[in-house]
Amino acid sequence: MEETKTLDRLRMGRRATIAALNAPEAQRQRMLDLGFVPGRPVSALQESPWGDPVAYGVCGAVIALRRADAQQILVR
Amino acid sequence: MAGSTRTAPVIALVGNPNVGKSTVFNALTSLHQHTGNWPGKTVATARGAYTYHERTYTLVDLPGTYSLRPGSAEEEVTRDYLLSGEADVTLVVADATGLERNLALVLQVLEAAWPVVVCVNLLDEAAKKQITVDLEALQERLGCPVVGAAARSGRGLDALRRALEEAADRPGTRPLPELDCAGDCEGCAHRRAAAVMERAAAIAAEVTEMDPRSAHRRDRVLDRLLTSRATGIPVMLGLLALVLWLTMAGANVPSRLLSGLLMGWQEPLRGICETLRAPWWLTGALVDGVYRTVAWVVSVMLPPMAIFFPLFTLLEDAGYLPRVAFNLDHFFQKAGAHGRQSLTMCMGLGCNACGVMGCRIIQSPRERLIAIVTNAFVPCNGRFPTLIALISMFFVAGEGLWGSFTSAAMLMGAVVLSVAMTLWASRFLSRTVLKGEPSSFSLELPPYRMPQVGQVLVRSILDRTLFVLGRAVAVAAPAGLLIWTAANVSVGGESVLLRLAGILEPLGRLMGLDGIILLAFLLGFPANEIVVPCILMGYLSTGTLTDYGSLAELQELLAGHGWTAATALSALLFTLFHFPCGTTCLTIWRETRSWKWTALAVALPTCIGAALCVGVHLVWGLLA
Repeated sequence: MEETKTLDRLRMGRRATIAALNAPEAQRQRMLDLGFVPGRPVSALQESPWGDPVAYGVCGAVIALRRADAQQILVR
Repeated sequence: MAGSTRTAPVIALVGNPNVGKSTVFNALTSLHQHTGNWPGKTVATARGAYTYHERTYTLVDLPGTYSLRPGSAEEEVTRDYLLSGEADVTLVVADATGLERNLALVLQVLEAAWPVVVCVNLLDEAAKKQITVDLEALQERLGCPVVGAAARSGRGLDALRRALEEAADRPGTRPLPELDCAGDCEGCAHRRAAAVMERAAAIAAEVTEMDPRSAHRRDRVLDRLLTSRATGIPVMLGLLALVLWLTMAGANVPSRLLSGLLMGWQEPLRGICETLRAPWWLTGALVDGVYRTVAWVVSVMLPPMAIFFPLFTLLEDAGYLPRVAFNLDHFFQKAGAHGRQSLTMCMGLGCNACGVMGCRIIQSPRERLIAIVTNAFVPCNGRFPTLIALISMFFVAGEGLWGSFTSAAMLMGAVVLSVAMTLWASRFLSRTVLKGEPSSFSLELPPYRMPQVGQVLVRSILDRTLFVLGRAVAVAAPAGLLIWTAANVSVGGESVLLRLAGILEPLGRLMGLDGIILLAFLLGFPANEIVVPCILMGYLSTGTLTDYGSLAELQELLAGHGWTAATALSALLFTLFHFPCGTTCLTIWRETRSWKWTALAVALPTCIGAALCVGVHLVWGLLA
């Protein structure tokens, strides 16, 4: 198995697979709804002008997350 | 036929945010619910009706939702409504260009409600991206009727009406859910979410044909231009400047024509009153009070609004607003505020009351309050005409192209200042009375869509411009009457208006203004549009009756009453930062149900505005 890291460390243009969500329950629900589901692919698409938030491609949609939130998602 | 006894079927409209639900709703019901290409547009339910085969169908437009699991306000509304069983048919609208996540909601709805009809919308956008959806295969996999549509151009609506009729009459058999876990425990809930998403992805992959590389290439290129480090902010400021410049340059001539036309009717109107032998006070109240104020509001507000609203709607329809939120989030995060506040702030540029209502899209109560209290820091459309008039009269020399450029630049400066103040005030609140950490924030950046220019023009002029103008006129007419009366009823040898102005004079002077100007702001509480007419009437009541058909004459009048560039600057700052208008205050109270927060929303901008004015006045005095 590949090494896991947090989503905010995924380089722009790279793809990875979501491994786990470490967020508190309410937030985790929200992330699942948005498509951040373990096992699904995710790609880092675009940094905002100040580098935070970052837009991710997930489940055919583009979702922007703040780095603090992306840190709670583990990818591999 | 058992179903035919249902004389008026109720149809619930469900879907992810931003899939064109409101467009489907409008297309079916011929109503004009405002649509916009950003998530969270519909925060409350809207109802409409249409007739098909001599039966009336009631359509309930529910807020966009990502799932049916309880989580946020929008989701609860949708979920509770579906579970209430009022709806006879549930219509799920899905975006053909991003079926995967849309289908996850479809699968959840299929578990909660029956009969269900799925409308795969935005097929026109999908075709542009060379995405094809096999609707028959999808219908087979889901076990419920599937209709393809491009609601904006009206394609597929007939088939949709037919499918809804069919579903209301003959619901058919409900497909068995394929998921075995009941999902009561936390772990189960997550496994279930994963299973639903897994299945949605599998179905989407089966029925969709697309080249993942080329399909969204255009969007990614646009995103790089509009949100990257190098170009994001410059392009954003450029677009803002362009919109403001087009508004000012374009509104100039029609404003003058309209003003000339409406003011020209004033004397004939007076003539009519005189031939009817109306007493002087009635003629005065109607012509100098009501008519003149209304004429001013119409000629000054209509042209800029008729340009600004369509331009704003074009950007909104194209999907630019979420990119603005994306660009600005860094600052809102630093201010301890929610990322979506930049969306509600943009709405505030149109109308602060709408902006305050829009704060419902922010779930965390703390951040929602910050957004509500600071919304009036950005100037709404009612205040733009005042800003434009002040800038063109006192700060821009020369007319023509160069003049309009400098005016637009100054107006942009005012808008940028108001955004900076919004951030500062948000930061202040989140450090003091609304302490806390920013909550988790996610923002969908929807696919760009080519706005339908013709429709945007018609809709924004008819629905927004005339609506806002109508409201302004409705307020301006009685206000004009009131001001005229105050200016002409004397107590102890001085008119009521001047008496009140006299009381405010010392405070006004301290702020670099005068009593009349402050009084005009107070009288403008019902609607900011009438501040300038109030100032004029205050000055005119002192006896020097001037015709203020053009800005140049207006400037002469103001200069005659001691206005300098410093006065104009203070007036401009106080226009930007003072108490929200009556409608906005009422909305704030309705949204917060708290006098405390409403009072804060009044006091904070007023204190900041007054402090800025005093500061400017003092500094100017030292320099001069």
